[in-house]
Amino acid sequence: MPDSIEDRLVDARDLMCPMPVMAATKAMRLLAPGQVLKVLATDRGSLKDIPAWADANGDELLDSGEDGGVFVFYVRKAADV
Amino acid sequence: MTSDIGTVTEEDIRRIVREEVQKAFARDPASRKAAIVASKGTLDWAYPPLILASSAAAIGMDASVFFTFYGLNIIHKDAAAKLKVNPVGNPAMPMPVRIPDIVSSLPGMVPMASAMMRAKFAKNHVATIGELITTAREAGVRLIACQMTVDVFGYSPGDFIDGVEFAGATAFMAEARKAHVTMFI
Repeated sequence: MPDSIEDRLVDARDLMCPMPVMAATKAMRLLAPGQVLKVLATDRGSLKDIPAWADANGDELLDSGEDGGVFVFYVRKAADV
Repeated sequence: MTSDIGTVTEEDIRRIVREEVQKAFARDPASRKAAIVASKGTLDWAYPPLILASSAAAIGMDASVFFTFYGLNIIHKDAAAKLKVNPVGNPAMPMPVRIPDIVSSLPGMVPMASAMMRAKFAKNHVATIGELITTAREAGVRLIACQMTVDVFGYSPGDFIDGVEFAGATAFMAEARKAHVTMFI
């Protein structure tokens, strides 16, 4: 799991569906292509939702894992097409 | 007619056709469009259209929700915060104790069940309907009120939250036919 390589952090712990994805969407708009968003979530649905969200938008899920009950995701914003 | 591409095998043709079809699907604008109808005005039924439309917007889709009949309550300034859930004839509703319909139908039971559901959602950090509306708007979801039911129920445009559009069934269908995702909720 990479450490502190993100350009922006979304702390969506305690939020339930669809709020982690919505918070991540809002944050991703502020990033430049190639920058990395880190998402923290505790909603178990986010295990499938965040990867599906990244894939659908053409962004890249760099890494994901669990740290003490918190799910951690690193998503790199797609290059402009 | 001459060609300098050499021998084209059946395998080449199959590959080219497959690639072109994939490209066409990737360009398909209907895969980026969701048109949802929200027809119910109870607390439980208010959630799915807002959650699904917001999620569609989060993956880059143009999402719209057409609120009709009781669904209008979801975008009504005064009604939205007072949505209720009815325990009568709702055997799937999780309750601490099974309550017969004859008891559930007594005065005060609907407000009580609604307060219980709100408390349970709040305890589990589920967003409120108001928060979901704000989130949907921020994500670019279009909220459309059915003009006919607005008129029949005696509402006026000012009764609805800011940014609501007004349209008829035909306008909705004209949009929905261009969307792969359509739902009636």
